[in-house]
Amino acid sequence: MSGRFQPGDRVRVRFADPPGHIRTPFYVRGKTGRVERYHGDFRNPEELAYGKDGLPRRPLYLVGFDQSELWEGYEPARRDRLFVDIYEHWLEPA
Amino acid sequence: MSAETRTDGHAADDGHGHEHPKHELGPWAKRVYAIRDLLIEKGVVTAADVQQQIDYMEARSPANGARLVARAWVDPAFKARLLADPKAACAELGIDATSINEFVVLENTERVRHLVVCTLCSCYPRPILGRPPDWYKSLNYRSRAVNEPRAVMREFGQELPDDVEVRVFDSSADIRYLVLPVRPAGTEHLSEDELARLVHRDSLIGVVDPRYDPAAVR
Repeated sequence: MSGRFQPGDRVRVRFADPPGHIRTPFYVRGKTGRVERYHGDFRNPEELAYGKDGLPRRPLYLVGFDQSELWEGYEPARRDRLFVDIYEHWLEPA
Repeated sequence: MSAETRTDGHAADDGHGHEHPKHELGPWAKRVYAIRDLLIEKGVVTAADVQQQIDYMEARSPANGARLVARAWVDPAFKARLLADPKAACAELGIDATSINEFVVLENTERVRHLVVCTLCSCYPRPILGRPPDWYKSLNYRSRAVNEPRAVMREFGQELPDDVEVRVFDSSADIRYLVLPVRPAGTEHLSEDELARLVHRDSLIGVVDPRYDPAAVR
């Protein structure tokens, strides 16, 4: 199975702060990036952490961000980027 | 020595069949040993299981990563396979990467450098590199690698020209990343084994390029 996003799609990370075990780093929440790669479907770590089976598996994407999108004042002349693996339920179209 | 590295469980036998360190342990180490003892007493695992797992963890080292890189440097077809299907390429060299869900190799070029971090904990390609260094798990590295990677690399001795792009990989889910560094200039005459000795763990995390120092290769 593949997910709803394709490489090249612009996506925004949901800005949410639910309690529990979350694998989406806080600093990318609410930020806009681009899908670079679809890794496959994996058990949901937010449920695995509590002894559940983590099913159904969730699509996992590599999402790339411009560093200047993430950090105010990041060395402006640089075109450096940052990549994070994010599960589909944390992403929405941008 | 930390609890994590104390693997010998040496010293006095207190009469219930296995050994405890003689010197005073910190609270975390005491807890670890107490849990180990309970698991053994309740028959969940055996002492042999524990030792076998320790041996397995100790057997994995950055030398595995160095072998992959050296082979990729001397054999372009292997390099292509390493990038396309890293786990299969590991198997070719007898390196067991099957416990990694998904393994990705990031190829550095003259224009692009990759840097790996896990901001949430200490995700690390352990089957390839063994245990992560303490600095990799530090709050300092985990917070700074993402927002000032160039400063972090500079502290490891890596000066990057302006036109080089830095790509930070925050390895926080099921994927494990290994950096394939650029082969240092002036190493054309070196053998694969000699090249492997140039590849330090830190280069496989991406904080610094391997250097060719003739004194280090004999």
